Amino acid sequence: MGVKLLLDKANVPGIRTYDVYRREGGYTAVEKALKEMNPETIVEEVKKSGLRGRGGAGFPAGMKWSFIAKPEGVPRHLVCNADESEPGTFKDRYLMEFLPHLLLEGLIIASFALGSNDTYIYIRGEYAWIPDILEEAINEAKANGWLGKNILGTGFDCNIHVQRGAGAYICGEETALIESLEGRRGNPRIKPPFPAIQGLWMRPTVVNNVETLAAVVPIIKMGGDEYAKIGVGKSTGTKLISACGNINKPGVYEIDMTVSVEDFIYSDEYCGGIKGGKQLKACIPGGSSVPILPANLLLKTAKGETRYMNYESLSDGGFATGSMMGSGGFIVLDEDQCIVKNTLTLARFYRHESCGQCSPCREGTGWMEKILMKIEQGKGEMSDIDLLWDIQRKIEGNTICPLGDAASWPVAAAIRHFRDEFEWHVNNPELSQTSNFGLQHYADPIHVPA
Amino acid sequence: MSEQILFKVTIDNITIEVPAGTTILQAARLVGGQVAPPAMCYYSKLQGSGGKCRTCLVEVSKGSEKDPRPMPKLVASCRTTVMDGMEVKNITSEKVVDARAGVVEFLLLNHPLDCPICDQAGECHLQDLSFEHGKAGTRYEFQRRTFKKHDLGKNIQLHMTRCILCYRCVFTADQLTNKRVHGILDRGDHSEIATHIEKSLDNEFIGNVIDVCPVGALTDKTFRFKNRVWFLKPMDAHRDCPTCAGRVTLWNRGDEVYRVTARKDQWGEIEDTPDGKTGWICNTCRFDKKETSDWIIEGPREISRQSVIAQGHYAGKIGTTKPHETFEAVNGGRQPHLLMDIHDESEVNKPSVHLGQIHGPSHGDTFNNTNKA
Repeated sequence: MGVKLLLDKANVPGIRTYDVYRREGGYTAVEKALKEMNPETIVEEVKKSGLRGRGGAGFPAGMKWSFIAKPEGVPRHLVCNADESEPGTFKDRYLMEFLPHLLLEGLIIASFALGSNDTYIYIRGEYAWIPDILEEAINEAKANGWLGKNILGTGFDCNIHVQRGAGAYICGEETALIESLEGRRGNPRIKPPFPAIQGLWMRPTVVNNVETLAAVVPIIKMGGDEYAKIGVGKSTGTKLISACGNINKPGVYEIDMTVSVEDFIYSDEYCGGIKGGKQLKACIPGGSSVPILPANLLLKTAKGETRYMNYESLSDGGFATGSMMGSGGFIVLDEDQCIVKNTLTLARFYRHESCGQCSPCREGTGWMEKILMKIEQGKGEMSDIDLLWDIQRKIEGNTICPLGDAASWPVAAAIRHFRDEFEWHVNNPELSQTSNFGLQHYADPIHVPA
Repeated sequence: MSEQILFKVTIDNITIEVPAGTTILQAARLVGGQVAPPAMCYYSKLQGSGGKCRTCLVEVSKGSEKDPRPMPKLVASCRTTVMDGMEVKNITSEKVVDARAGVVEFLLLNHPLDCPICDQAGECHLQDLSFEHGKAGTRYEFQRRTFKKHDLGKNIQLHMTRCILCYRCVFTADQLTNKRVHGILDRGDHSEIATHIEKSLDNEFIGNVIDVCPVGALTDKTFRFKNRVWFLKPMDAHRDCPTCAGRVTLWNRGDEVYRVTARKDQWGEIEDTPDGKTGWICNTCRFDKKETSDWIIEGPREISRQSVIAQGHYAGKIGTTKPHETFEAVNGGRQPHLLMDIHDESEVNKPSVHLGQIHGPSHGDTFNNTNKA
């Protein structure tokens, strides 16, 4: 059994309520942080822990906190990014639904560290039932003196507000989230200025993912150094992985990042193998926007080493032969899945979610979807595959926010690793409508040059 | 005022000194010529504009004197300020040229290319952009996005199909009027400029959205389909207007004033008045004063010789300078291909061929049959 820091109490009956959560040792981290520590030491502790942002980019959280500007007389804000819309990712929902007090505890500590008296949880519109759970938890915490004025007699005031989004993927991008929170259209801002300098209402703001903030609780409880010992290298602590697709046991798993990908898929503790005894064809290891990998490159790196479930190992080999940890949305595809159709589904998603502000993303995502649709319907030509490659190349890196990159990476990776499947679709227009390319050579061991 | 801090910046190997806080684009415009990146959404007179169209992307090969690392991605020059010792590559960077061609292609994907019937043709920024940076053909083979035309009040028509969503008109309404009634609806490739629901734009200064529109999406209804801009003669004129500065360009043909616009500089932006304010003009000047007697005419407006409007053959600086090189020299020895040649090749012009025998969209047989019946 791996270490569990976030979900260790998830199965205690009634953990959603304040009384049970408190009885199980809840809010002791807040006590410790507010009474024994000061904002600087908390930030220091988080820095020591090596905690990396769990939203997708993996930016060190302590570093992000230390960037926040502290001008005199200007309020600062902490915003919790609960706009979890990446296809394949549902870890934050699980946390908020079953352990709302854990998130609140992390939020109070982080607010204290950053000096935020008004903290916001921006929650995805489709999570319609979760704001009620959070609001109930906030009321309970308030009634017990963990929120409101003069918390624990320290003179620190903090209020947490829950704000529902209207269901837009783009509002998970931090500046778009801030725009939306301010009541405007959720268009990403042009950076600089970064939110740490001018964010919410032009005040210094830190935006963190739900899981990142929840992970602050064990860090305070056990100390940053102890936390850093879990995991490997720069991937410290535990990570929630939301596994889905063709596996026996889909769900949210907490791993300590020393698990190999093979173990994660096949062991009974985690995914429990491929459904129906089929074979693994491909996997998107970190949420829809990260590059897809064929089975052989997923389980072993290009150098022939075992691939592990952590930031470094998953991105080993760059985009040529690796992928990314991303937000931890682990999507498994078995031998019956069509990569072209899968890529089309993703492209359609990004076309629909593009904010339409900058031209490469607005026009390019729609164009890619149309070409993929053409290939999927058996009307494609060989030149379309090259055209797709060229379009994604011209979107990537040329847009305001990372959505352009997120839209182009899946297409690029699908063509890079599964080009013969695309070509098969083009060469067999009729056959591709009724049958599938299948596993082919995608699980064959790769040749490792000595 | 304390002395201004000057930053040295090198753009395409040309070094200039600019005050701190200047954007790369503004610095490049000071150099001028081809060094200045094209801008479709940025408008120096509108706060907060820019960064969206991505045509002004440049490569920063050296961040600054202190931190010489290059920037990892191409940056939007209109929203990136210069640092001391920065080195920027615009047309000298292959990456930029390639990315820009890509952006032009993206911008044209859903653009109808109805230039022959578009009022903006001849002074359209997208036309210039695609001519200078784009490719002749398109690789797009799907249906383009279309919208119905909308009247925004009695003087402005919105043809959303042509819009490239630069947001300039939104910023104009934000910054010139006290209440904006139009904006962007929906998102992604189906987003559109609209009023919600079917309101009219009738602020006294809202006519300026026509001037800031880089394409023919917002057009002057008092001028629509009246004339082509290159047949008109631009004249600087002014009048004593109680609401605005009253400094305009009249577009005449003969004695008739076809349209009135604000005065635009070489970047297509509205010029400043002598007292340093932006020369926005009011709706009365723009739409209602269409008599020469309303205006005090100052003289012909200077138009860049490259512009098609300069074909309006005016005396003075416009259109009279003969090019030094012959057409053959600049075109690598190719003879000028006159329009007449096309006609000669076409079957239509040959008197020996009966029109009814030419295969075309409206077949001659149709006419014959009608005649018989």
